[in-house]
Amino acid sequence: MSAEPVLSIRGLNKSFGALVVAQGIDVDLMPGARVGLIGPNGAGKTTFVNLLTGFLKPDSGTIRLDGIPIEHMAPEMRVRRGLARTHQINALLREDTTRENVAIAVAERERYAWRMMRFGPQWRRCCEEAQELLNSLGIGDAGDRVVRELPYGQQRLLEIAFALALKPRVLLLDEPAAGVPSEEAHRIHDVLDRLPKEMAILIIEHDMEVIFRFAREIIVLLQGRVLTRGEPAQIAANPEVRAVYLGRTVV
Amino acid sequence: MTTIPTGKTPAVPAGINWLGLAGHAVPWVIAIVYYFMAADYLTFGTQIMIWILFAMSLDLVLGYAGIVTLGHAAFFGIGAYAAGIFSIHVSGDPILGHLVAIVVAALAGLITGAMILHTTGVTFLMLTLAIVSVIFEYANQAKWLTGGDDGLQGMVINPLFGVYPFNIFGNTAYIYTMVVLFVWFLIARRLVRSPFGRSLDGIRQNPRRMRAIGTPVWWRLLAIYTISAAIAGSAGALSAHSTRFVGLDTLSLLTSGIVTVILILGGTRRLYGAFVGAVVYFYVQDWTAKISPYFWEIIVGGMLIATVLFLEGGLMDLGRVARNLFLRLRRSRTA
Repeated sequence: MSAEPVLSIRGLNKSFGALVVAQGIDVDLMPGARVGLIGPNGAGKTTFVNLLTGFLKPDSGTIRLDGIPIEHMAPEMRVRRGLARTHQINALLREDTTRENVAIAVAERERYAWRMMRFGPQWRRCCEEAQELLNSLGIGDAGDRVVRELPYGQQRLLEIAFALALKPRVLLLDEPAAGVPSEEAHRIHDVLDRLPKEMAILIIEHDMEVIFRFAREIIVLLQGRVLTRGEPAQIAANPEVRAVYLGRTVV
Repeated sequence: MTTIPTGKTPAVPAGINWLGLAGHAVPWVIAIVYYFMAADYLTFGTQIMIWILFAMSLDLVLGYAGIVTLGHAAFFGIGAYAAGIFSIHVSGDPILGHLVAIVVAALAGLITGAMILHTTGVTFLMLTLAIVSVIFEYANQAKWLTGGDDGLQGMVINPLFGVYPFNIFGNTAYIYTMVVLFVWFLIARRLVRSPFGRSLDGIRQNPRRMRAIGTPVWWRLLAIYTISAAIAGSAGALSAHSTRFVGLDTLSLLTSGIVTVILILGGTRRLYGAFVGAVVYFYVQDWTAKISPYFWEIIVGGMLIATVLFLEGGLMDLGRVARNLFLRLRRSRTA
């Protein structure tokens, strides 16, 4: 495994007026990393993801993707460089079929979406790749269904499929299992377990079971600062963490 | 490998779909038959086709890309004035003037679009209103260029290809407008059924999603806004050439309103909605205006309300709704 981090964040700061939402955050993601980001509500987890993806501009600090500073880039440019995310609240094209949703992402990745004159054979390839991806996530049967009519759990999987279709090197998962009924949650967990090995992944999740099963490193965020970080076992044993966050959770 | 349905996007057809082709031929057959059957009303037919083209240009931004604008008259008017002014000061060649109008309108779309397309919703709507108002007032003040509220007069249009004059019977204008509309229709149809059109549909549904897959949303919107402005400008040029006059009203808010009414009436996001909407709008106006000059607005307004309330997809939905009703009736009878 390469020693160079694929995503390197240094001294990330952001405040809204007097409210500090990110303060001196340093994070490195190696290729193949599985990092969990936890913290109580309002700790700045989603803000952190928004800073990385470019939906918010940091006050200071650097974000490097493959050594190239991206903190001034527009969100879509970061995506094109290999930084993808999923949303805590589904952002899907609800009028289209599941397969079309993913095919559009493939088309965009292949720089094919500017074509103004009719669909070519490339579009068919986009659809085929989309179908394969849906098959691999276990929702291949839903390919022809309109997203609006899809059960919520499958919509969550589609949210992940969108990001995977971009073949990113860094993937930010913002509460992938949020709102999924527990009897369906195992399907999301299975997908998380089978994500490509070399992909660097940062996951935000409230479900401690998921985090401790999936992550090999955990970062605890509190009021925009890194409270502590370490291996899951260390974090679970850390009295400070138990006090602020895990208090009522049996791990 | 099994073939995979490609959804909304058309798969390459195995053969020629004659029935579909016949359906597509209907508006053009009507237009040609009209030319021979209604030789005394060609000016009326030309006017309808110009508004079809204008409404179709609006469909590209409002229907397909979800850009809600009330400033589209700006591009229609700019196209009309560009064509008119060009014919007075430079050359009376209709095709050259038409091309100039298209380029000028496209530039106007590009510049104003670049200024305001980062905004959305009500903010964007207000900015389009502001822009069309500013342009209107400029045209009103710049009498030396536009003739102000007297309108632009003294246009001289050379015969088309040096052979066919734009006469008072309107034969040339009618055929010319029909051909231009047909060409733009083919281009627009290609455009909305391309990967580019597909991405616009995605932006309309969920811009946040499209940004997250790396779509340069602003650039895509700017592209369709510019193309749409060019088509609206083309409609304006046709209007100027066929009437040899450009009035301030081409730039007015009312013009923006009328084209929106036409499009909503006919149905958005199907290109043909503009055809249905414009024909219905002008025929209703023509008939009811004979009864009372004020009456027709009530009728059109009532139709618009009824359409919006009962036909989500505009009058283009009538066929589908009627079919469903028929099927339900038959089912209830057999049951």
